[in-house]
Amino acid sequence: MSNVPSDRKYTKTHEWVRTLPDGTVEVGITDHAQDALGDLVFVEVPEAGRKLTAGEPFAVVESVKAASDVYSPVAGEVTAANPALAAEPETINSDAYGKGWLMRLRPTAGAPATSLLTPAEYEKLIAEEGG
Amino acid sequence: MAFIPHTREDVESMLAAIGVDGIEQLFDEIPANLRLAGLAGVPEALSEMEIGRLMSERARLDGRPLCFIGAGAYEHHIPAAVWAIATRGEFYSAYTPYQAEASQGTLQLLYEYQTMMASLTAMDVSNASLYDGASAMGEACLMAVRANRKSRSLRILVPTTVHPHYRRTAAAIAGNQGLVFEELPYCTEEGCIPAGALERYDGQDIAALVIQQPNFFGRLEDVDALCDWAHARNILVIAVVNPTALALLKPPGQWGSQGANKGADIAVGEGQPLGVPLSSGGPYFGFMTARMEHVRQMPGRIIGRTVDVAGRAGYALTLQAREQHIRRAKATSNICTNQGLLVTAAAVYLSLMGPAGLERVAAASHARTRELVGELTRVPGVRRLFRGPVFHEEAIGLDRPAAPVLEKLAARGILGGLDLAEHYPELGPALLVCATETKTAADIERYAGALADCLREARAA
Repeated sequence: MSNVPSDRKYTKTHEWVRTLPDGTVEVGITDHAQDALGDLVFVEVPEAGRKLTAGEPFAVVESVKAASDVYSPVAGEVTAANPALAAEPETINSDAYGKGWLMRLRPTAGAPATSLLTPAEYEKLIAEEGG
Repeated sequence: MAFIPHTREDVESMLAAIGVDGIEQLFDEIPANLRLAGLAGVPEALSEMEIGRLMSERARLDGRPLCFIGAGAYEHHIPAAVWAIATRGEFYSAYTPYQAEASQGTLQLLYEYQTMMASLTAMDVSNASLYDGASAMGEACLMAVRANRKSRSLRILVPTTVHPHYRRTAAAIAGNQGLVFEELPYCTEEGCIPAGALERYDGQDIAALVIQQPNFFGRLEDVDALCDWAHARNILVIAVVNPTALALLKPPGQWGSQGANKGADIAVGEGQPLGVPLSSGGPYFGFMTARMEHVRQMPGRIIGRTVDVAGRAGYALTLQAREQHIRRAKATSNICTNQGLLVTAAAVYLSLMGPAGLERVAAASHARTRELVGELTRVPGVRRLFRGPVFHEEAIGLDRPAAPVLEKLAARGILGGLDLAEHYPELGPALLVCATETKTAADIERYAGALADCLREARAA
């Protein structure tokens, strides 16, 4: 069974994004993505203060046999990167939607809205991909 | 003779299985304008007999000159055991083997090489080597741009005291990827980077500073001050070092006033002095070591030590997700190999010499060079060009153009040094001369006598 929480939005490249109470957004990779990658051994997260455009690669997740870029779903400025991942990248495998978040960013005001997927649309996507 | 094991029938049945008419069709995705129809200037292949004869003739033309040229490649004594071991069947390959883990002996040797290079440079990690010192510097510049996360810049500061061929190679390798090399002028009195040369870059976004130690002129740069300046501005430091010199000089991992906590970020250099013969210019090997925090941006192979299911020590390729076969276009480099045979020689050389032996080689080379420059500068018309300490090379000025003098010396069987006119015309007639432990007092006397004669003849003419 796929694990796609209904409290957030998704991208075609398997990131999730959810809005926090203070208006910043939190970004991570989906449970489907971590499952496809396998055991993660290294995660490279961005420096706070870095400005990102929508679709720009901001992180690298590396498993034993693959390394993949992670793309920012929205434009904004990084306010925090998950400090726990340097020592425990496997947190993403065990809790992709919670403790395994990658970064938080403040979306650029007035940036054009990007087309994010609803949970239902994302479930359909991974079903089509054979997930 | 073809070494490809497939018969024409094999090839045809494989092509038929995938529905392709010919091998050429497999390359269709490469645009026609990127393909070379032929290799202009490359002659037809020769047979083994013909190539053997050609090479013997070329070797005879080389003669056995008395060599005082350094400038990046150095004639050191190579103990006979080095190549006797390196050419054993078990080691005699240019490659990291495919299915690498099946070749535990080769991997152990590479691991031990890495350990020795990391120790020599006082850095955390080493790769299993690159092509040569110049391309290693190019790779280090690309690596620094990736690794410097506090900078978004593609600018690299490169003093003109860095080997001119290294600067050109780095520009050729990294220039098309957008890196910008800014050349820093040197002090013509001291032959190194003046303290004030960097001030104009204060406050600018720069990815890395390259420092060669000893520099191209053999002079010692103020590496501590340069390293501190760079680190205070979030600029990474790329050290280009001579491995023999490291037996005497402060290793790059300890440069700067903060000691081991904050030395150079990446160290590279030419490995040839470690047991590889001059061989008319190659093949040589480049080495690269780095601080652990940058290891994921390091190019090339890295061998790690681990344990198998039974708990026995074993060796494996490690951190492969950096490499091209896994990461494709986003690999740290298109270098997926190493100079295995030459690294084997270097590992054997370093094991035989040990730290004390390497220190003796370095100290003897330094002493011979001081004697050489002392003798040469007693010849009328010859002077020392720069003041300050050198390792095993020094620039000397002549009172007339160097090229004809070098020709006269060569006719007497002496390679008198490198003519600096091509790369440093501002110095006037000048030679870069080098003496290693292979030169005796009699050799030095012979060179000084011949130089005096040649200059006297030139003056009389």
